[in-house]
Amino acid sequence: MKFQFESIADFIAMNGHGPYVWASYGITFAVLIFLLVSPLLQKKAFVKQQQKQQKLAQANDSADESTN
Amino acid sequence: MAWQWFHRLGSPRWFYEKTTSWLPWLAIISISLIVTAAVWGLAFAPADFKQGNSYRIIYIHVPAAFLALAGYYIMAISGAVGLIWKMKLPYMVMKSAAPIGALLTFVSLVTGSIWGKPTWGTWWEWDARITSMLILFFLYLGMIALQQAFQHRDTADKASAVLALVGMVNIPIIYKSVDWWNTLHQPATIKFTSKSSIDPSMLYPLLTMVIGFYCFYALVLLLNTRVEILRRENRTQWVNDLLGTTNKRVGQ
Repeated sequence: MKFQFESIADFIAMNGHGPYVWASYGITFAVLIFLLVSPLLQKKAFVKQQQKQQKLAQANDSADESTN
Repeated sequence: MAWQWFHRLGSPRWFYEKTTSWLPWLAIISISLIVTAAVWGLAFAPADFKQGNSYRIIYIHVPAAFLALAGYYIMAISGAVGLIWKMKLPYMVMKSAAPIGALLTFVSLVTGSIWGKPTWGTWWEWDARITSMLILFFLYLGMIALQQAFQHRDTADKASAVLALVGMVNIPIIYKSVDWWNTLHQPATIKFTSKSSIDPSMLYPLLTMVIGFYCFYALVLLLNTRVEILRRENRTQWVNDLLGTTNKRVGQ
């Protein structure tokens, strides 16, 4: 196993194919990161929303009790 | 007794609790495999004697296309199980699989297109493989749209399960497209029944990436399904216990 390029600049240029290769990898990794982060954010938002509703329900309950 | 595992699969709660401990392992395995394979494929695998360095795009193009197809199987089979046994969980898996599959199909189309420019001299060609993959992309988008088109959860689930099953027609067309129509897209180089026509020095990083993508897909599908479970079961006691919220409406 050996590094296939003469230098780092060579590695980035990839004999003129650099822009194509790096664009492909860039788009792919952006999508992979999005796929991983989006369910985590959705869960966070869901938990927050549930707790908010809980607070609202409790506020309603105590308001009901004070009028009775 | 033998069927117990199958009935458990119908229980979102059992599934949620069971998969919690799998997540960190899947994350570690998939991320390390994908990073290893990317460095291997980009820097250490030899350049292709015909295509030069642009071929390095296959290390992400092929795994993404594999998973776009595997994801469709998972979605359609989940839909079928949901329709036949009237279970809740398979529908949640089906719904979660649609956006993931759409994005992976998008990745395989875009990377293929970028690869096509230096190799074929064109960004796009109405080749049989590319066109059938584009149809797969539209099928996934149709699944997402159909899920949101109905007011009732049940109706949306059943309708999209039927769409997923009808769309299965496209899968053998995608597989066979490179053999039936001898156009631009090259035939398969990795074969399970005969010797692969790809050199081991290029095959191993590709296989590493494919396994990495499978693990990553499993991880992402689990994460999405788990959020969907919480959303649909938000009135049950176990979800409220889990989130530390008490549910008075059910308790009373």
